[in-house]
Amino acid sequence: MNRMKATNDFVILFANINGSGSASANNLFAKAVFRLGIPVSAKNIFPSNIQGLPTWFEVRVSEKGYLGRREGYDFVVATNGQTVVKDYQELEKGGYFFYDSSRRLPETLKRDDITEIGIPLTNICNENYTDPRLRQIFKNIVYVGALAYLFDMDFSVFEDSIKSQFAKKAKLIEPNIKALKLGYDHAQEHYNDICQLNIHRRNLTGDKIMMEGNTATGLGAVFAGVTVAGWYPITPSTSVIEAFESYCRKYRVDAETGKNKFAIVQAEDELAAIGIVIGAAWNGARSFTATSGPGVSLMGEFLGLAYFAEIPVFLVDIQRSGPSTGMPTRTQQSDVLAAAYASHGDTKHVLLFPANPKECFDMTVIGLDLAERLQTPVLMMSDLDLGMNTHMSDPIQWDESQVYDRGKVLDYDGLEKKKERWGRYLDVDGDGIPYRTIPGTHPTKGAFFTRGSSHDEYAVYTEDGKIYARGMQRLLTKWDTAKTIVPQASISENNNDIGVVYYGTSSFVAKEADDMLTDLGHQFDEMRIKAFPFGSEVEEFIKAHSTLFVVEQNRDAQMKSLLVNELQVVPDKLIEVLNIDGMPITAQFIVDEILEHINGKTSEEVK
Amino acid sequence: MSYIISDFRHPNAKVNDLGLSKRDYEGALSTLCAGCGHDSISAAIVQSFFEMNIEPHKVVKTSGIGCSSKTPTYFLGRAHGFNSVHGRMPSVSTGANMANKDLQYIGISGDGDTASIGMGQFAHVVRRNLNMIYLVMNNGCYGLTKGQDSATADVGSAGKKGVANQFAAIDLCQLALQLGAGYVARSFSGDKKQLVPLIKGAIEHQGFAFIDVISPCVTFNNTPSSTKGYEYVRDHLDATGTIDFVPERQELKIIHPEGTSKEVKLHDGSKLILKKNSHDYDLSSKREAMNTIETVREEHKILTGLIYLHEDPKDTHAKINSVDKPLNSLSQAEVCPGSAVLDDLNAGFR
Ligand SMILES: Cc1ncc(C[n+]2csc(CCOP(=O)(O)OP(=O)(O)O)c2C)c(N)n1
Ligand code: SF4
Ligand SMILES: [Mg+2]
Repeated sequence: MNRMKATNDFVILFANINGSGSASANNLFAKAVFRLGIPVSAKNIFPSNIQGLPTWFEVRVSEKGYLGRREGYDFVVATNGQTVVKDYQELEKGGYFFYDSSRRLPETLKRDDITEIGIPLTNICNENYTDPRLRQIFKNIVYVGALAYLFDMDFSVFEDSIKSQFAKKAKLIEPNIKALKLGYDHAQEHYNDICQLNIHRRNLTGDKIMMEGNTATGLGAVFAGVTVAGWYPITPSTSVIEAFESYCRKYRVDAETGKNKFAIVQAEDELAAIGIVIGAAWNGARSFTATSGPGVSLMGEFLGLAYFAEIPVFLVDIQRSGPSTGMPTRTQQSDVLAAAYASHGDTKHVLLFPANPKECFDMTVIGLDLAERLQTPVLMMSDLDLGMNTHMSDPIQWDESQVYDRGKVLDYDGLEKKKERWGRYLDVDGDGIPYRTIPGTHPTKGAFFTRGSSHDEYAVYTEDGKIYARGMQRLLTKWDTAKTIVPQASISENNNDIGVVYYGTSSFVAKEADDMLTDLGHQFDEMRIKAFPFGSEVEEFIKAHSTLFVVEQNRDAQMKSLLVNELQVVPDKLIEVLNIDGMPITAQFIVDEILEHINGKTSEEVK
Repeated sequence: MSYIISDFRHPNAKVNDLGLSKRDYEGALSTLCAGCGHDSISAAIVQSFFEMNIEPHKVVKTSGIGCSSKTPTYFLGRAHGFNSVHGRMPSVSTGANMANKDLQYIGISGDGDTASIGMGQFAHVVRRNLNMIYLVMNNGCYGLTKGQDSATADVGSAGKKGVANQFAAIDLCQLALQLGAGYVARSFSGDKKQLVPLIKGAIEHQGFAFIDVISPCVTFNNTPSSTKGYEYVRDHLDATGTIDFVPERQELKIIHPEGTSKEVKLHDGSKLILKKNSHDYDLSSKREAMNTIETVREEHKILTGLIYLHEDPKDTHAKINSVDKPLNSLSQAEVCPGSAVLDDLNAGFR
């Protein structure tokens, strides 16, 4: 039998039971790979459940730096009886099946094209620990130790990880290292020279970090000066607020008084959450909320109010598979249209599309600036894959010269100096953005009545259709201004006729897909959209290419619709590449779809 | 249509301690129906803030949607106001209050706005003990959408023995009490003498102050039986489906001492009996307050006056332990951790 041989380029699947303590062990493993200087990506495939259902953790080790998902797995760590059959059968040919040999594998499992590695995890733990909880937890650490041996990894990396992880609970260090060693030694004794998959130290990760998108977003909100957050729990967005709160506790507690320089309100629902954000922003505090599709649906009415009454809103949408409750623990990019045009009437909203943790941080800061500059809702469209998985990313940076852009706000002096009559909705600068005032600023000037009903330039109620229309047109002037200040698309061009368009997490696999296509003799230009409304560079890129593949993770080609709708693109020109199964998109999928289209076209032309 | 009242000020106009006249507390001219109870309440708000010497620009007015929710335009023109969306005034008020704890918050809502679409938000803003005045202009119907039944007690039902509302009525005072409001009162739009002190009390109160003000809708009413005049309107309405006849009405006014009851005849001929709280129980006892509301109801009367008062020293800000300074006044230096922490931070992710 041919055993699979590879160094720093394979996929390991951990098949676990939700709630069994496997997550931290798996992270320990992934982090060790990273600390050995090898690019790694780790994806949690988890159920909508707290305890008992199957959960998988995929770790892709890639010296080439391919951080997207790859289909298939080469090594499986099977600790879940419920899924063992599937896990066994789906293992790649030549792969390795690692299992707890305290119990025998079902008779039915027979393959002679894979290598079985049985380690009696339960027995080892029963012999070494008495506390049933410890027996369970350390089973996970024991398998990590065994893997360290099997993959020929530098053991000291694990020791260091344990030491830093438990720096504050020193008494846990020794037992954890002991568990690692138990696994390591057992594997060495019984599986010497069996596994041909290796993870060897490289120097490819530089100053990179490993972080979850949601953590970076929560941190970004702290740096961006958010003081008020309104929210309602929903997977996969909850950890954004949790991160925000924990960083606030770290950086925002007044040293003298012990009081908080932030207010986090867990609201009764998403309607209230966005209402809180709107009330706070209207009253001059930076505020934000994080939610997912169902929450965005509920927030619709309020988003229309914020659009029409021109109130800054920063909303983070961690997208998951819809419609309705859909697959709540699977990823998707399917809220694009719902977010872009949220609410009744003529509304459009600014969207941002981050594609890595650093961008989650940066775009949170940018998004809060944009919301105040444009006095309108800004929605950052992250997703479950980016938000809840750990990704390798450039480190977080903060430029000290960076000053928050609080937009056009008239303070006391501003109101005093103003000679002409101030109009809350008066476009004096020609950019469609009027000046606002904050309650309590001035005893006699600058008060106005904010309303979602039609108003004139001076915020006075009106049912005069002409005045209403004028206001709505001005909002389009503002929209044009937005096009010039939102983050620009990143483009790599080489005069190719065909372009590929990515956005958000679909771009994880861009480089890999590009390399694969190049190997097959295809050269394409590439654009990654970072914001909506589209800037002129997006329009030009689309114009300059005869065919464009638009890569998305939804059924209805939502970004394509947006491009067609907003840029008057001929729809035929945009070829849909759509992954909708809730699993992060793979490079192979993109390549197959593109080739199918190209070959289909050529064979037709041949006819 | 809404227009601005001229700045003309009578030279002898009385001024308060801030040197402001009552005019400085007024707003735009009302566009509600003549005689609408809501206008009387606006007037009472103007008087209360004037007499309490509150700087008008230090007040924030919020509301939902409805005739009642329009009223913040009609008082305290120097204060910022926010007419939000139907039933969601509590969340907007919460956000605004989180941003700046130093202003005085008054939220205006209707019985539809609070007891139906906004029930959830109402319940939760009470629970949070947000430092605000929450005033419901309660007319037992949806005025703005032309008179459908609302979920609160029918203001006319007390007068019509035996004609029970089909659906259980919601008593907002009892609800507020149950949910932990520290200040609970009920009044009648036409009883300025009672209403003004109640609003003043609410201004003084630290924490959530709830006032349910019965405020007859002179144009629509949800009572099933009607006098001729009302029937006329209704017949007219049924026949044409349009409201093109709104009779001019006089606003209702009543005066009566504490402890006594007063029968009020509404415009459609129905009656209700208001019983002024004689305060012969411990006002800080939730149980006795509940009891009194129920006892008076059994007499087919509606209890008015201050019903419950118990200051919970912890409003939302105290509960979440926020700093004394308004959050919207914190500078970038005060809220941004800056690059100094980044080395440590990034190291933690390696
Ligand atoms: C989401 C939504 N649904 C329905 C309406 C229509 N609507 C406007 S006011 C109103 C009822 C208002 O009743 P109430 O709060 O009692 O105020 P009133 O006019 O009686 O003072 C309704 C249903 C709306 N504006 N928004
Ligand atoms: S319809 Fe009723 S509630 Fe509305 S303004 Fe007229 S009288 Fe007042
Ligand atoms: Mg009403």
